Parts: sequence; structure tokens; C-alpha cells
Amino acid sequence: MLQLYGTSLRSRLLLGTARYPSPAVLTAAVRAARVEVVTVALRRESGGERAGQGFWSIIRELGVRVLPNTAGCHSVKEAVSTAHMAREVFGTPWIKLEVIGEDDTLQPDVFGLTEAARILCADGFEVFPYTTEDLVVAERLLAVGCRVLMPWGAPIGSGRGLNNLFGLSALRAHFPDVPLIIDAGIGVPSHAARALELGFDAVLINTAVAQAGDPVQMAAAFAQAVEAGRSARLAGPIEPRDLAAPSTPVIGTAFRR
Amino acid sequence: MRILVNGAWRETLAAELSAVLEELGYGEAVVATAVNGEFVATGVRAGTRLAEGDRVEVLAPMQGG
Repeated sequence: MLQLYGTSLRSRLLLGTARYPSPAVLTAAVRAARVEVVTVALRRESGGERAGQGFWSIIRELGVRVLPNTAGCHSVKEAVSTAHMAREVFGTPWIKLEVIGEDDTLQPDVFGLTEAARILCADGFEVFPYTTEDLVVAERLLAVGCRVLMPWGAPIGSGRGLNNLFGLSALRAHFPDVPLIIDAGIGVPSHAARALELGFDAVLINTAVAQAGDPVQMAAAFAQAVEAGRSARLAGPIEPRDLAAPSTPVIGTAFRR
Repeated sequence: MRILVNGAWRETLAAELSAVLEELGYGEAVVATAVNGEFVATGVRAGTRLAEGDRVEVLAPMQGG
């Protein structure tokens, strides 16, 4: 079972809730993939429209755990204030901490990230930092109290998969006991399977499911890929090699002298 | 006085944050608030006095990745 801050989870697929064609499709996708954790956000609410209230009742009816994010925050102060607001509204110490440093790639500002993580961990938050595969940043995040890391696979919404396989593999090898969740950039189920095969503990998917032709079917496909990848990791994949090695025994081959 | 609520100027007669929320129709809605960038917990909204030009944020659950 996956352990995140003392919470045991059967599913290693976390799902974002944005960009679905409709709330009904979101609900069906979460159920089809048997997801236990979904990410949510906070946005400005109008007293007249109250759009957020309807969304929140849909999520509560799903009976899943929520992981609020600080998406859109570009400074430590914004991220810390948003985290406090999320803790009150969603009633959870979990926070997916995003401090964005660059708008074209949505690359995390790792300096702001470590500072915001330090403040929030000291305040009792259970921080899931959205970070890069940088080992030194990972060390800092763990040093300030993070017990889960969420390295990106590729820029958010890009669907490019695992951009830096070497860096991600090094991160996995360097922190064998820290839950590592690939957060962003996954495009297709094979990317997710690959992440689990490499030993990552889980993946968080949003755009690749929500914007698929059939999000419900895609959610189910991701769930299968994640299970397959995890099973493969546990089964012990073979090492790649450069030359062929016959799989059929050569002893007793016919027509040989 | 005039205050900035979610980026829009509002004229209000209310002095405290809780009364402003009531005036703007939030009622029992599940929202979190901040004044001038600092989180204000539900329990202290009633005691939070606002001044001319204050920036109030009222946030609610929304779809997120």
C-alpha cells in the first residue's frame, strides 16, 4: 500500500479535477479509475454565483480524499496564505505546494518552494512539494520537513512524459524510502507505467485524462497502466543489454552438426 | 468606504469582514478569506475591521490539477 503522511492508499493514481467536459464526466472518471485522492484548488468566489459551492458538493459526494493545491502562486507569501485558506476550507493538513517561477514552462521556483515548505511544515502542514528532479532541492525539501516529493515528469499539461529519465532515476535511487509522485507532464498511460516501473510510488494525472477524447475510458486506462507498472516494478524487470540473447534454448537445435 | 473584493471595487457600509461577506451575499457559503494578502480565519472575521482601500479575497473550492 502507498503511504502518504501516514495515510494508506490502495490506488497509486491521483487525479486532478480540472478541465473535464462536465462535472458528470469528472465523477465518472474518478469512479472508473477507482481513485482515492483528487487535487482541488481555491479560486475567487462571487457572492451571487457561488460556483465553487456546487463543485465542492460534487467532490464531497465522491467520498475521496482531497489534496488542495496552491496553483497559480508565484511568491512564498501567496503560497503560504493560499495553503492556510485551503486548510480551513478543505479541512486537511495536506497541501500540494506550487510556487511557480516561470510562466512558459510553469517550472517551480525551487528557492521560493523550499522557503514556503519550511514555513508550512513548521506550521503543521503535510506538504507535497511540486518540484523538479534536482537532488539538492529534494534534500532541502526533506530537511525542512517534507515527507513526500512530487517531481515533474515534464511541464504541466505538456503530455511529454518523463523528460529526464536519467535525472528521475537518480532521484529515485538517491531517496529509496521517500514517497515520490510524478506530478506533471504525463501524456499517455505508457508514461505512467514507465514511472511506476522506474520505482516511482504514484502518478498525478489531470490534463491527459480530462482532455482525452473519452476521459472516463482514459482514466480506466491510466489505472490499468499504473497497476501494471507497479506489478512490473515488484516483479523485478530485466536489465537492458546491447546484444541479442536467444530466448529459445539453443541446445538441441535441429540441422546443426 | 471603498474596498477591493476579489479585484473589484465595492462600496460598503460594513466595518467588519463578517458583515461585508453578509452584505455581498456569501451567507453560509464555504469560503476562505484573506485581507491584504494575509489569511483571516472564519473565527476572527467578526473581529477583523476593514479600512478604506483594503484588499479582500474570498475564495472557494474549485477544480484544480
